[in-house]
Amino acid sequence: MNVTASLAPAGLPQDATGSARIDHLVMLNLVEPGSRVLDVGCGDGSLLALLRDRRGVDGRGIELSREGVNACLAHGLPVIQGDADTDLAAYPDDAFDYVILSQTIQATRQPKEVLEHLLRIGRHAIVSFPNFGHWRVRSELMLRGRMPVTDTLPDPWYATPNIHHCTIRDFVGLCRLVGARIERASALDASGHPMRFALPWWVWNLVGTQGVFLLRRG
Amino acid sequence: MATPLLKPGVDPASQAVEPTSPVALFGADEALAMDAGMDLAPWQIAYQTAGTLNEARSNAVLVCHALTGDQHVVNTHPVTGKPGWWERLVGPGKPVDTDRYFVICANVVGSCMGTTGPASLNPATGRAYGLDFPLVTIRDMVRGQAMLLDRLGIKDLFLCIGGSMGGMQVLQWAASYPERVFAAMPIATGARHSAQNIAFHEVGRQAILADPNWHGGRYLDVGTRPAKGLGVARMGAHITYLSEPALHRKFGRRLQDRDAPTFSFDADFQIESYLRHQGITFVERFDANAYLYLTRAMDYFDLAADHGGVLANAFRGTRTRFCIMSFTSDWLFPTADSRAIVHALNAAAAPVAFVEVESDKGHDAFLLDEPAMISAAKGFIAAAARERGL
Repeated sequence: MNVTASLAPAGLPQDATGSARIDHLVMLNLVEPGSRVLDVGCGDGSLLALLRDRRGVDGRGIELSREGVNACLAHGLPVIQGDADTDLAAYPDDAFDYVILSQTIQATRQPKEVLEHLLRIGRHAIVSFPNFGHWRVRSELMLRGRMPVTDTLPDPWYATPNIHHCTIRDFVGLCRLVGARIERASALDASGHPMRFALPWWVWNLVGTQGVFLLRRG
Repeated sequence: MATPLLKPGVDPASQAVEPTSPVALFGADEALAMDAGMDLAPWQIAYQTAGTLNEARSNAVLVCHALTGDQHVVNTHPVTGKPGWWERLVGPGKPVDTDRYFVICANVVGSCMGTTGPASLNPATGRAYGLDFPLVTIRDMVRGQAMLLDRLGIKDLFLCIGGSMGGMQVLQWAASYPERVFAAMPIATGARHSAQNIAFHEVGRQAILADPNWHGGRYLDVGTRPAKGLGVARMGAHITYLSEPALHRKFGRRLQDRDAPTFSFDADFQIESYLRHQGITFVERFDANAYLYLTRAMDYFDLAADHGGVLANAFRGTRTRFCIMSFTSDWLFPTADSRAIVHALNAAAAPVAFVEVESDKGHDAFLLDEPAMISAAKGFIAAAARERGL
């Protein structure tokens, strides 16, 4: 594994007790101040607003839902209503310092192509996703024989927008396939906090509910 | 078909000569340089304003009207007596809030509501210009609006907003005068007029040219009007502004004031009588030659072609904030046209927002009560106002 560093919780801002989601605060720490950021699947823009307000980031977003786009507009965020699977192709190379895909890759039709676009459009890519290798997910399948419903995977199988689940280990494999260098990586525990120690991958893959990766073109 | 297409006593050219709007007059030394290669002078531009310009002159909003629109965006129309054409979006407490912003809407060059156009008197001949008027482009319209703003002492706009042909003007404003536009909102528009749209316009123009009352464009001298041709042009165009679901919901195949078809060419169907009504009322307020000129201006519009074939070059280095909006059932300016603009703005690293409003009302949706459009516009404009400190 060419992991250069893991995320230390000590790096969290002092005011991490605010309303911001902890996984958002983890991402905040990965982004250099004043950089240009594209958030793909930005939802209501809360991460973009956080990046703008705390890091002075020039942020843009792509969001599928009109509700999300409207919420972003009202916050003064430039957000495009669109689809990661089709719209990323239109962005020029090296247009952004960071392209973020937060809890979205599992809902794309072509995760590999999307990831390749992220690495082309941004100098860095930041990807977070629910870890399908988490022990609770595994035990739901193994012991009860049912598709798991957890905090990070809250929808029943027939109503989930997620179509391409992966585990932390799977994602590392995809990174290798598309030639992405993993600059930093972390797993978040059930409460969304980065796991405290630099643990081996198999532990993260078992007990991490989410994976967060900072990537760079190979 | 007994319905006359022109009511007696109505003179659509009267506003061209004696508008009931404020007018900025430009003399022989203040010519409008036209893309067609000639200087238009003297010339005038008619406009309406609403709201109050603040001390810093930083709250000006330019509303750009569509093909057959005019400056009467929030005030009662002097010819039709109808309320302003965009009262849903512009007015006190509306997204373009006239309590906060100073709204200017000018009649474009080439039109017939008080700005110099083919129905205006040509000082060289003492008659209406007719076809002696130079061909007008979207850029000419915008150049004229810029001269009006100079006259009004407005250095830059807080917001430039418009739909359809008005949206083309907004894009042209952002390309021609990026430093004068803080925020831009082109709605239901495109960076160029498509071949299909040019084709529809050509059908309309041919209807006017084929009317025996057109007299080679000199109908005002003769005292006639190509009312049938203009009415037909409007009927055809009106269909393109709607959508099949909207037409079906409104009219279906229902008959008009009868229980059975008459086996004639009477307006048996409600949709026929509706279109005839649209044609007639249009003739009352619009000049046929102006229709020829303005449709041509839209046809010629191709912002990418003006910038080496690369649309992104039109917006290179811009600091204007954009909000692009399209409607799902608009087949005149489909969402793909808006996306092309969005992609170009992305390539130019411009701050751009894009909303596709779900609507079955077709192209006309931008003029109608679409809550999703209104709330998105409200959000974008309010945030831009905060950024500008308004």
